[in-house]
Amino acid sequence: MSMKDTKLWTWHMASGVIILVLLGAHMLAMHMSGVLPIERLNPAGDNPLDWANVVARGREVSQVVGYILLVGVGLFHGLFGLRNILFELDPAPGLQKLISVVLLLLGLGLFVFGAWSAVAARTMALSVSG
Amino acid sequence: MPEIKKYPNRLGIKGWLFGGKWGPERYLYFLHRVTGLGLLFYFLIHIVVVSSRAFGQEQWETAMANVTGPIFLVGEYLVFVAFVFHALNGVRLVLVELGVLTGKAEDPVFPYRSSLNVQRPFMIVMMILAAILIVVGGYDFFVLVAH
Repeated sequence: MSMKDTKLWTWHMASGVIILVLLGAHMLAMHMSGVLPIERLNPAGDNPLDWANVVARGREVSQVVGYILLVGVGLFHGLFGLRNILFELDPAPGLQKLISVVLLLLGLGLFVFGAWSAVAARTMALSVSG
Repeated sequence: MPEIKKYPNRLGIKGWLFGGKWGPERYLYFLHRVTGLGLLFYFLIHIVVVSSRAFGQEQWETAMANVTGPIFLVGEYLVFVAFVFHALNGVRLVLVELGVLTGKAEDPVFPYRSSLNVQRPFMIVMMILAAILIVVGGYDFFVLVAH
């Protein structure tokens, strides 16, 4: 394992810890709202998918920043994990390079799209009255 | 520089399934990979689906209507289960990787102490915790929210 791979592996572990916190909060808000109703996460009622709740969360800077961070860290953790699994199957060096480039482009593309949608949703939420 | 002998990955994906003498942790390794791949697949689609909120209420509600129903409810619960298992098993793996659960190296004097003396009980605790969260989450999914 090269020094670069060791560093990436360390980041892989660190990103897992960050995801545990952010996705844990996301799971609490989205899927355990009945057991643990946290008003700040769903201020407009119990259903987290109601448009009013989506707008309310969009107004919170911490929600938008947390979402963008989660998308970035989650994409890195997931795609690097997939890369490790694929590399274990011992592909040829040229194919390894191709896998890395494709996963990097996929990750960057989805990150830009996810971050843009969070910012655009916030802009829309701020323009909605109420 | 001496050439490093490279051993081919003879078992490939089949090797994930057979824990053999390696014990339950080996099967957790298999489950960690399967849940990780499942979560990644869901996550990539999830980013695209929830981005519909950027296009307004109508698009959001249309997107949500397309992913509503009993099959999606069960699928979403499976994602929740996968996350709980992957997260708690991941905490165990990080602690093992950092040497927290392996203890210091010592001479092999009878009666031997194995690093499993600490790792195995911790693994059991994490799996019990995962089971509790999975049951509580199921109660939320299928009892509280569905009604």
